[in-house]
Amino acid sequence: MKHIKTINGKTLNRDIKKAGCGECQTSCQSACKTSCTVANQKCEKE
Amino acid sequence: MLWKAGSAGLPDRICLPVIPKAEAQGQMRVLTGCPGKLVIMIHAYSMYGTNLVLDVSSGAVHVFDDTAFRVLKCFGQDGRLEEEKISKLREEFPEREIREAVDEIRTLISEGLLFSGDIYEEHLPQWTRNTVVKALCLHIAHDCNLRCKYCFAGTGEYLGERSLMSLEVGMRAIDFLIENSGNRRNLEVDFFGGEPLMNFDVVKGIVHYARTRERDCKKNFRFTITTNVLLLDKDKRDFINEHMDNVVLSIDGRKEVNDAMRQRLDGTGCYDRILPLAKTMVEERGHENYYVRGTFTRNNLDFGEDVLHLADEGFEQISVEPVVASADSGLDIREEDIPRACAEYKRLAKIYAERRASGRWFNFFHFMLDLEGGPCIAKRLRGCGSGTEYLAVTPEGDIYPCHQFVGQPRFLLGSVFKGFSGNPEREEFCNSNVYEKPECRACWAKYYCSGGCAANAWKFNRDIKKPYRVGCELEKKRIECALWIKAKEAR
Repeated sequence: MKHIKTINGKTLNRDIKKAGCGECQTSCQSACKTSCTVANQKCEKE
Repeated sequence: MLWKAGSAGLPDRICLPVIPKAEAQGQMRVLTGCPGKLVIMIHAYSMYGTNLVLDVSSGAVHVFDDTAFRVLKCFGQDGRLEEEKISKLREEFPEREIREAVDEIRTLISEGLLFSGDIYEEHLPQWTRNTVVKALCLHIAHDCNLRCKYCFAGTGEYLGERSLMSLEVGMRAIDFLIENSGNRRNLEVDFFGGEPLMNFDVVKGIVHYARTRERDCKKNFRFTITTNVLLLDKDKRDFINEHMDNVVLSIDGRKEVNDAMRQRLDGTGCYDRILPLAKTMVEERGHENYYVRGTFTRNNLDFGEDVLHLADEGFEQISVEPVVASADSGLDIREEDIPRACAEYKRLAKIYAERRASGRWFNFFHFMLDLEGGPCIAKRLRGCGSGTEYLAVTPEGDIYPCHQFVGQPRFLLGSVFKGFSGNPEREEFCNSNVYEKPECRACWAKYYCSGGCAANAWKFNRDIKKPYRVGCELEKKRIECALWIKAKEAR
């Protein structure tokens, strides 16, 4: 596109049937105990 | 004008006609109060001359040039073009450019990447049906060798008796976690306190015990330890480096800032002692799998300088976070501090991006964002899992929703010896998600923030479903900065 650039590949509304396995690391907005917020976690399936 | 959530007070829920593509895919859903309609939300803002548009439900992030950004304002809340608004743009932009932008926006809409509808709420029951425990925060010591002025744990003892966790309690906590983890393979144990290095033999014993149980239970334990660094001698570093997946090293930044808050019992600061130890630790870990973690208060709203100080000292994994303190502490971040703090995040973001582009790379915790997957929507709806997936355990084996709730009798959920007590507060945490919180439901940041911190919500609003407004404003600014940085680095 000429006027718009989409900067992420995957989106949340794909593969929602596969969501929710629960294996991902516990997150916390504060790093006082863990190493990630929800925003920067990795999916364990990927 | 672009519709943007977050106006003063409780925003109204926006109910809009279902877009054609959603109909074709059979995504029409009935929401309470909005039969046949989906909630649609975008967040559009400009930062340092870059125009960013977040489609909230899909999570798609777009950079618009100025033409497209102005054209976007001509689309109504339902994603339909309002021609009368377009005609006014012809005075500023060529017709061809306007039509190109219109076509591109319509393409994004048809692909479900703009003005997409929220289709997740109906799936929530299946994502919350089998909640199990997967992470414990073990309070190895309700004691501490520092007296940090902002400590939420009083002076390390959580306003109770000073105590150390016994190996018996620690081992039972491991058993409790395994017994209540269902089919989850990855389990997490954080060693916390007070100061866990004051009781390190128990830490080692718990790690060894967990590893023996891993084999027969087919579980994988990940360990983290948080420490004030004072006692981080070689033996402890060696053990941590061999067994811990992550280590959090507490230091606030500049010496004068750190030593004003993080003081020994005799009132002296700890910076000179902890800085070289932290550097040695980081070096030994190959500059990976650690954080140096500081706290900023209203006394250092120029906290960007503390972040940069830590980067200049060679640390690459840095977090400096707003204090959680009561109003009578004198340290809390107040409503009137929000503009200053947000401006500081924005200032830091620019310097951060410049340094990362010029060979002085470092990672700032709250600017980290994964746009290529990251956690799925199920996780994003529910957040940290406090009180459900994640629990804190005291030295006596008592269970609380998280470390911030420890010592508050209302939130005592049971013990690792006797199990859950049936405290109805646990049900509140189980039911906690962004749809149960009116402010979060209508907030554009909900799938990054995931509903905020329950402890903050309780501390300030006495309701875990009512997020702490100061925390919300800072979080939204951080996410805006993080998205801008992503856009800048994507070019």
